[in-house]
Amino acid sequence: MSSIGTGYDLSASQFSPDGRVFQVEYAQKAVENSGTAIALRGKDGVVFAVEKLVTSKLYEVGANKRIFTVDRHVGAAVAGLIADARQVVETARNEAAEYRSHYGEAIPLKTDLVSQKRTNLVNVQILKDRLAMYMHVYTLYSAIRPFGCSLLMGQYSNGKPELFCVDPSGISWGYTGCAIGKAKQAAKTEMEKLKLKDMSCKELIKEAAKM
Amino acid sequence: MLCCRAYVANRVADKLTKVTDRIYCCRSGSSADTQAISEIVAYHLDFYQMERGEPAPVKVAANVFREFCYDYRDSLVAGILCAGWDDKEGGQVYSIPLGGMLVRQPVSIGGSGSSYIYGYVDSRYKPGMTKDECVDLVQSALALAMSRDGSSGGVIRLGIITKDGIERRVLSGDKIPKFYEG
Repeated sequence: MSSIGTGYDLSASQFSPDGRVFQVEYAQKAVENSGTAIALRGKDGVVFAVEKLVTSKLYEVGANKRIFTVDRHVGAAVAGLIADARQVVETARNEAAEYRSHYGEAIPLKTDLVSQKRTNLVNVQILKDRLAMYMHVYTLYSAIRPFGCSLLMGQYSNGKPELFCVDPSGISWGYTGCAIGKAKQAAKTEMEKLKLKDMSCKELIKEAAKM
Repeated sequence: MLCCRAYVANRVADKLTKVTDRIYCCRSGSSADTQAISEIVAYHLDFYQMERGEPAPVKVAANVFREFCYDYRDSLVAGILCAGWDDKEGGQVYSIPLGGMLVRQPVSIGGSGSSYIYGYVDSRYKPGMTKDECVDLVQSALALAMSRDGSSGGVIRLGIITKDGIERRVLSGDKIPKFYEG
């Protein structure tokens, strides 16, 4: 090994003695170095906002877009390496399209089941779980590296908005408001001051722009 | 009642086949093809129920039928009626004819004998019929088709699906309604 590093950070399939996988942590660092992306879940929808860093005046208008449409009811905002994020978004689009063609209905990012005499209530989170699994697999093998990106995914269907964040380790949680990227702490502090659940999209757009 | 293309092997075959507790299909065409399709569809709908934690709606069942009937349309001879009850849209009837089209209809007929009774069904079907009126129409229509069509006949099998599940009836020989046989 050369002068720096402990030698445990060269492979995604190797633990360090204290039980960490450095490659995954580096991938999370890659996300934290990128422009901020935030998402707010209100009572009637989800609002995405991304910070746009102007690195050069020479880009054409609309370069480096970071908000994507996955399906008619699902959108995503990304932070981290954009090339990696595009691959994840493409996977999400394929999953959504395949589900739609097979069953003739939209894939649930998440749905809460209405209990109908059912004993085992399953919380269905098909698309988000499939994506989290996809990203998780890339943390398991030495020949590949984890995705250097996080995704904020929002859905609006059956009159209910939902919001999720998937990170490079393959973990995913549901949120009422979430931020990823460089200024995520500052943005999260701002979000905690708001009563997101009672706000409409119109109000949220203004708040998102302020952050 | 069985296919008109080659051979009727069994006049009392059960062509009313279960795909979920409240969704059944009527099979016409090749028995081998339609048996295989309905088994595969039943498997997919079981999977759907495990993944989603709720039974598949009729629309989803019909869509899965369509998926296979359309994708393999060149190698299949299958005309399927898929019908049942779900809590989203209530009772529904879908038709998936030879080429793999999918269409929802208030009433639908299929199979070799159906061409003899289009006019009869059109003239007797009214929206909002009661269960007993529907059963009577289905019996009469089937009896008429069976008497005109050489490859139809045997027994009448009925399945009555409501939110409480299915009730099955079999009408054999003398129980089948009689009409003018000129």
